Amino acid sequence: MAGEATKQIDKAILWGGGRSPFSSSYGKMMMWFFLVSDALTFSGLLIAYGYIRHAYIGTWPAGESVFHAFPGMGDTHVPLLYVALMTFILIVSSVTMVLAVEAGHRMDKKKVVFWLFLTVIGGFVFLGSQVWEWSHFIHGSTHGKELADGSIIHGANMIINEYGPPQYANFFFFITGFHGFHVFSGVIINLVVLIMVVKGVMHRRGHYEMVEKAGLYWHFVDLVWVFVFTFFYLV
Amino acid sequence: MERDDIIEYSLDAHHSDEAGKLIRKKIWKVTAILTLITIAEVLVGVFFTRFELGGDSWAWFGIKMFYIILTIIKAAYIVLVFMHLGDERKGFKWVILGPYVLFALYLLWICVTESNYLNSTLIQWYLPGF
Repeated sequence: MAGEATKQIDKAILWGGGRSPFSSSYGKMMMWFFLVSDALTFSGLLIAYGYIRHAYIGTWPAGESVFHAFPGMGDTHVPLLYVALMTFILIVSSVTMVLAVEAGHRMDKKKVVFWLFLTVIGGFVFLGSQVWEWSHFIHGSTHGKELADGSIIHGANMIINEYGPPQYANFFFFITGFHGFHVFSGVIINLVVLIMVVKGVMHRRGHYEMVEKAGLYWHFVDLVWVFVFTFFYLV
Repeated sequence: MERDDIIEYSLDAHHSDEAGKLIRKKIWKVTAILTLITIAEVLVGVFFTRFELGGDSWAWFGIKMFYIILTIIKAAYIVLVFMHLGDERKGFKWVILGPYVLFALYLLWICVTESNYLNSTLIQWYLPGF
């Protein structure tokens, strides 16, 4: 019958109803459902961004004219390079995560620990990069922007900014902040799973599915950043 | 009809060292693709800017479409390979992607339509030059 596994499933891991829809485990499927709802939240944010941006067409700043600094290089002009580096860091940490999942399928505890550890490091590096970028965005350029009354504004706050309409900074703070908080919770989840793997909890359980579920969340965070990168920075 | 119901229970998804080698090879291949796409996007972003091409030009429209297509390719690789949705059942793929795509496309359409209106009335009449 369609929708059932081909062999007898251990009662201990079967769903409460005695079946396993799509021969998937309960936890994994619920993680997917959560990710769909979370994806809708992010879509809402990005589409709201598109809505306001489209309404203010003409005065909306371009990504490469705002994000062109690099740490330790002063007031240089290297458009998008730092954001590209952040994107690359997050993609790499996504790769190390999928390698940890692959090692888990071979019950290779050592490799799982190794790759998961690198994933956590990658997550922290990304968070650090984002802190730098926020700080740079808030402090702004040395020249700033002259307002109608002759005063000069540097950087950005929630009410006014030197880059464009106030909504520009608001969306920057909200979208990258919301994503950053997701990254932060992802790092914490990965850390907890890493400790469990090191203690041998997964090995005794006979499968590394918890690594897979944490991995789903982690890849999702990367996925969101791919869209944020395109729609906030590039377009 | 292709049978997609013969898939083992996900908790039993263990594989051998040989199978692992192939999977790792695929992972590195996808990593290379994702990296190359990101580099291509950034290079285009640096050399073809909105200010140079003009926000209303067809060239800029083409660049935007270029970004969107590459982003969707990247997203597809992440979801299907890294998140292993490509290895799940066909029905499950639809359960996850169907409702999401439906909602997102509708939201996108209604927001683009409404922001066009907002731009042509409110912003241009009441907030000129803002």
